[in-house]
Amino acid sequence: MKLNGSEILTEVLLEQGVDVLFGYPGGAVLNIYDALYKYRDRITHIMTAHEQGAAHAADGYARATGRTGVVLATSGPGATNLVTGIATAYMDSVPMVCITGNVGQSLIGRDSFQEVYIAGITMPITKHNFVVRHVEQLADVLRDAFRIANTGRKGPVLVDIPKDVTAAVCEFEPGRKIEVLHDVFNDREALLTAAKMLNAAEKPVMMFGGGVVAGEADALVRALVEKAHIPACHTMMATGVLGYGEACDLGLVGMHGCLAANRAVAHCDLLLAVGVRFSDRVALNPEKFATHAKILQIDIDASEINKNIMIDHSLIGDVKGILEQLVPLTEENQHAAWMAQIAQWKAEDYRPQDDDSILKPHQVVTAACDMAGEDAVVVTDVGQHQMWAAQYCRRIGPRSFLTSGGLGTMGYGYGASIGAAMAVEKKRPVVMFTGDGSFHMNMNECCTAVSYGLPIVTVIMNNTVLGMVRQWQHSFYEDRYSSTDPHRRTDFVKLAEAFGATGYRCENLSEFKEAFAKALQADGPVLIDCRIDKDERVLPMIPSGGTYKDSIVD
Amino acid sequence: MAKEVLSVLVDNNSGVLARVSSLFGRRGYNIDSLTVSATDDPHVSRITLVVDGEGPIIDQIINQTLKLEEVQNVYQLDEGRSVMRELLLVKLAADENNRGKIREVADVYGASIVDLSPDSMIMELTGKPSKIDGFINILAGFEIVEMCRTGITALERSQVRHPIHKVK
Repeated sequence: MKLNGSEILTEVLLEQGVDVLFGYPGGAVLNIYDALYKYRDRITHIMTAHEQGAAHAADGYARATGRTGVVLATSGPGATNLVTGIATAYMDSVPMVCITGNVGQSLIGRDSFQEVYIAGITMPITKHNFVVRHVEQLADVLRDAFRIANTGRKGPVLVDIPKDVTAAVCEFEPGRKIEVLHDVFNDREALLTAAKMLNAAEKPVMMFGGGVVAGEADALVRALVEKAHIPACHTMMATGVLGYGEACDLGLVGMHGCLAANRAVAHCDLLLAVGVRFSDRVALNPEKFATHAKILQIDIDASEINKNIMIDHSLIGDVKGILEQLVPLTEENQHAAWMAQIAQWKAEDYRPQDDDSILKPHQVVTAACDMAGEDAVVVTDVGQHQMWAAQYCRRIGPRSFLTSGGLGTMGYGYGASIGAAMAVEKKRPVVMFTGDGSFHMNMNECCTAVSYGLPIVTVIMNNTVLGMVRQWQHSFYEDRYSSTDPHRRTDFVKLAEAFGATGYRCENLSEFKEAFAKALQADGPVLIDCRIDKDERVLPMIPSGGTYKDSIVD
Repeated sequence: MAKEVLSVLVDNNSGVLARVSSLFGRRGYNIDSLTVSATDDPHVSRITLVVDGEGPIIDQIINQTLKLEEVQNVYQLDEGRSVMRELLLVKLAADENNRGKIREVADVYGASIVDLSPDSMIMELTGKPSKIDGFINILAGFEIVEMCRTGITALERSQVRHPIHKVK
């Protein structure tokens, strides 16, 4: 059948199982939006307030579902507004297909209106990108984009389509959804070596991360730690995989991780690293990281081996497939002495003081998670509130803690919440933790949540300052609070109302619980302004380059 | 630091060089020289890179480069088992007083004179990088007006043929 480029794009999206995409219209994508109008009963387009919000929404949708997120933007500023969102997805290995329109090919290279070389701009922040020069190539390029986004270590792919290609007509051959199959891990010897290391360990620790979530290996992680009693800590990207308080759960590791987790890593004789990349927020000092341990790494990306930390043995491939083979080779073990030591460290761990008369961040997070329940999707922005959420988030499932880990994108949260809300279709609550700093960055997306009736509960940890930067200024710059106290006078309750949403303000725990209970029942978005003390800090904290012995706890 | 030679087989697409050099720029890998050339397959080009580094750094460079969609294969050349060549063009200030001396040096190195002007001459020399280095050192006694080295291009000896396409 003969179709134009825009119809081909829409057909391929449907063929690849896409029924929702996020975007913002403009001159270069008028033809595409015309096709979306024609296909509007089969594919839902969510129009955000800003392309950055659309990119984060596609990312949040992908993280929450495991499907490929799709974002569409026009040329020039539309495309450049995606950049932060694409880089966020790239750093956290989120599968995304980003489609940008461009000016017609006769105008390319002439500094035309809204022309930008987005393929060049996004080269270092995409797995791959394409400029489609002929309509005949469009369908296969788009299928390639979906394949690349989902093959191996996942990530974003950008397809730039000049306007004339969106109008040109050619024969369209329907295709099938790309199914990415992982190679079966067949290096038996490497597997046996790994099992031998694991079985010989007296003080093993597992450290798992985003790769376990992306590879849907959460059940196997649980099976392994329960079978061999291996205490397990996680990086922020794997929050929610093991439940807070479970016997083998050591909690968060790294800069703001549990003392017990960081101590266990420092003292273990074997570190089983699964789907992690030893970032500088975890392996704060590569020279002093897990110095007593043999390190056994499982990862899908060979370039993660010996990148930041030297590894003793590695298994490269799909984490799920490898763990399926490794679990049966792992001997049951109680590790009684080691588990007793761990239990003692956990008992001695840092505990913040409760105070119901004001709002304590850890109590806000705990109350919100308890009330929202185990099937909640928790989204965060970036800063102190993000760390508090990661530290105190209760049992939730995998794909339920959406946060910008690698890039640390303030303003990620609202867009990602919109994507998450579209993914869960009101069947599960979506709770976003943000700070007044992060929220100011992309609060414009509140209008999107109102337009589409998305019941996103936003908990604003409002300390009136840029808390995380201020905390560093307190600890390392002798309280010189340069540009972290902007004296803003934003009234979040009035702001919510101005957007057509609902707002509450609370000063203590009972007010918060009351507001949160009402928010969970609401049909549309709710903002809860939580007044917290500006001197609240995220503790414990290991300074950059330090070890657990340098932990700041008061 | 050790110099290593990498052979990178890439799809012959526009922009592929930008992708490779963008990766090296982003990750802070130093490139000493880089050449792009055709292969026996019109769809595949060969980028020959000379980089600084050893052991794990080279492994990192290879693994990161292999992740690029349009990179088909990357391998490290073993200097002892490889033929490495570079081409030099050098323009020297020359008149009737020193042309003879220059010709003598050129003869020793097997360089050919490819252009002669009243006040200058251009010589061409092909050889191992060390030979080119030696030749340039000898030319220190003359006035070099302009100089251009292609960078290394290289192949491994014997019947070894590295797969030109990605090993799936």
